Amino acid sequence: MKSLGSIRRSFAPWADPAAVPYIAFEGVTKTFGAFAAVNNLSLTIYEREFFALLGASGCGKSTLLRMLAGFEEPTAGRILLEGEDLRGIPPYRRPVNMMFQSYALFPHMSVEANIAFGLRQDGMPKAAIAERVAEMLKLVKLEPFARRKPHQLSGGQRQRVALARSLAKRPKVLLLDEPLGALDKKLREETQFELMDLQQELGLTFVVVTHDQEEAMTMADRIAVMDRGEVIQVATPAEIYEAPSSRFVADFVGTVNMFEGTVAERSDAGVVIAEAGGMRLRAAEGGAAGPGDTVWFAIRPEKVRVSAARPPEAGNAVEGEVWDIAYLGDVTVYHIRLDDGRIVKATAINSRRVVEDALTWHDRAWVSFAADAGVVLTR
Amino acid sequence: MAGHWGRFNVVSLVFGFAFLYLPIVLLVIYSFNESQLVTVWAGFSTRWYVALFSNQGLLDAAWVTVRVAFLSATTATVLGTLAALALTRYTRFRGRVLFSGMVFAPLVMPEVITGLSLLLLFVAMNLDRGFMTVTIAHITFSMCFVAVVVQSRLITFDRSLEEAALDLGATPVRAFFQVTLPVIMPAVLAGWMLAFTLSLDDLVIASFTSGPGATTLPMKIYSQVRLGVTPEINAVSTILIAVVSVGVIVASLVTKRAEVQRRRDEQMAARG
Repeated sequence: MKSLGSIRRSFAPWADPAAVPYIAFEGVTKTFGAFAAVNNLSLTIYEREFFALLGASGCGKSTLLRMLAGFEEPTAGRILLEGEDLRGIPPYRRPVNMMFQSYALFPHMSVEANIAFGLRQDGMPKAAIAERVAEMLKLVKLEPFARRKPHQLSGGQRQRVALARSLAKRPKVLLLDEPLGALDKKLREETQFELMDLQQELGLTFVVVTHDQEEAMTMADRIAVMDRGEVIQVATPAEIYEAPSSRFVADFVGTVNMFEGTVAERSDAGVVIAEAGGMRLRAAEGGAAGPGDTVWFAIRPEKVRVSAARPPEAGNAVEGEVWDIAYLGDVTVYHIRLDDGRIVKATAINSRRVVEDALTWHDRAWVSFAADAGVVLTR
Repeated sequence: MAGHWGRFNVVSLVFGFAFLYLPIVLLVIYSFNESQLVTVWAGFSTRWYVALFSNQGLLDAAWVTVRVAFLSATTATVLGTLAALALTRYTRFRGRVLFSGMVFAPLVMPEVITGLSLLLLFVAMNLDRGFMTVTIAHITFSMCFVAVVVQSRLITFDRSLEEAALDLGATPVRAFFQVTLPVIMPAVLAGWMLAFTLSLDDLVIASFTSGPGATTLPMKIYSQVRLGVTPEINAVSTILIAVVSVGVIVASLVTKRAEVQRRRDEQMAARG
């Protein structure tokens, strides 16, 4: 069985036509004055899914999350949770909890009291609260810090308190607004995996808002790429990366080389694109593009090979000059300048420590890629 | 060079402080004067303090002043905090600019005008002038000071704290009392202190709005001074200065200790 990307998913309720959505946005619009932060957006999220809203700042992803939490009401459209319309239900009666970007820990309360806050609002008996708080502290490994105040904690510890507090009430859905934005890189990477494990362990539905594509790719089952209040594509990380639906998605997620052209030939073996710079590119799949259509051929740098000689059996090959090389340790990034001045980016994995006849600046070099390595985009 | 400037600085410092505090120091010294004559030193004595505590008129005035200050400061704090909340939270309601201008206008309004207009209002309303009218007048002018102090704290208040409380199931009222109020409490207390001292000090507005039986201490002192300064007045003023100084010193010590504690906590956090 063929899989897109390098992983196969067993959890995929979105592919099951019988599955009932857990959360549904139906034609949701939110305007602030004349500005539409969210524009006629529809989206479904399934139970136990780790769902990411990815987009640049101001794309409406946070507004979407805040509408789900109840801090904003949609101007038009409906939001359903387990089939129930959430309109008019204030945030304090919604079975969802949110972890805030700033963590929003109550500065005048201890770690314990912060975690117990939501439980106390529900009038839970004291003994039960103490038990649940202890359980949460254990879950986030903060038992020794129970009596500290938030300002006596490090950034990573604060993040854990915020997480424990938002999980203490066992919400149906946990909303995370840029949950790892304030952490340094190493801690962020560790915490990403911890969050994934936690979500698996608790069996909860997580909706995370992030502008960090790596974070979304790491954690989410599915990603919704948003731009200017609209969802551009909803798909698994592998689909988003390997089969983007548009130039916007291809460009927003990861790095890409883009060649514009028109379809010259179309056959069972794919399409041939007459590229604007004069190249003829072979693509295994042409999608919906017919002869004469304007298309864009998008190819990721890691799927481009760089070699000193023309490879004998590449689907596509073009010659150029080595313009820049960046050695990053795990990979090496090449910028190859074609003879018409355009730059093609390529990355090579450094699977060997010692390389013979390595390329250097201003060498002539060939860039090549297979016909099925790139995608043809029509918009 | 540095020595030269150092001497200049010392001189200006001495002059500055003398300008500020010499009258007060003189007043304090003469409150311990044996003589009946204020300007002639005749030896140390505490007799005017003793006399003070048998001067029923002054004691009554002091008691009125404290009650007015307490009641007006408390009410002004509640109203001023509400005004500050409205001004920082509802930034888009109709007439916001007018409202904020109206809240802060009394800050720069001449006291004579505030006093006179309040007097006219009380007369028009046929309100008997006395304890209530002074208190109301003090609430009116000190409320805006509280609003300014609390508003400056609310501007830096992280709204997501309130949202987090709502999100965790607290109703808006509970969120306010359990989260917002405790966090802005230092500013609210500072506002109360300010309102309290303003009320304690006020002479002009009280003169306009007070009536028989509700003479405040500043009014009493002023009326007695017109008959000639007695050492008794010096004594009561010294006590007032002492009360205010102790208040200021305690307040600053508390703030300082809180600051030191916070810094120590943060260092502890940084170490992990």
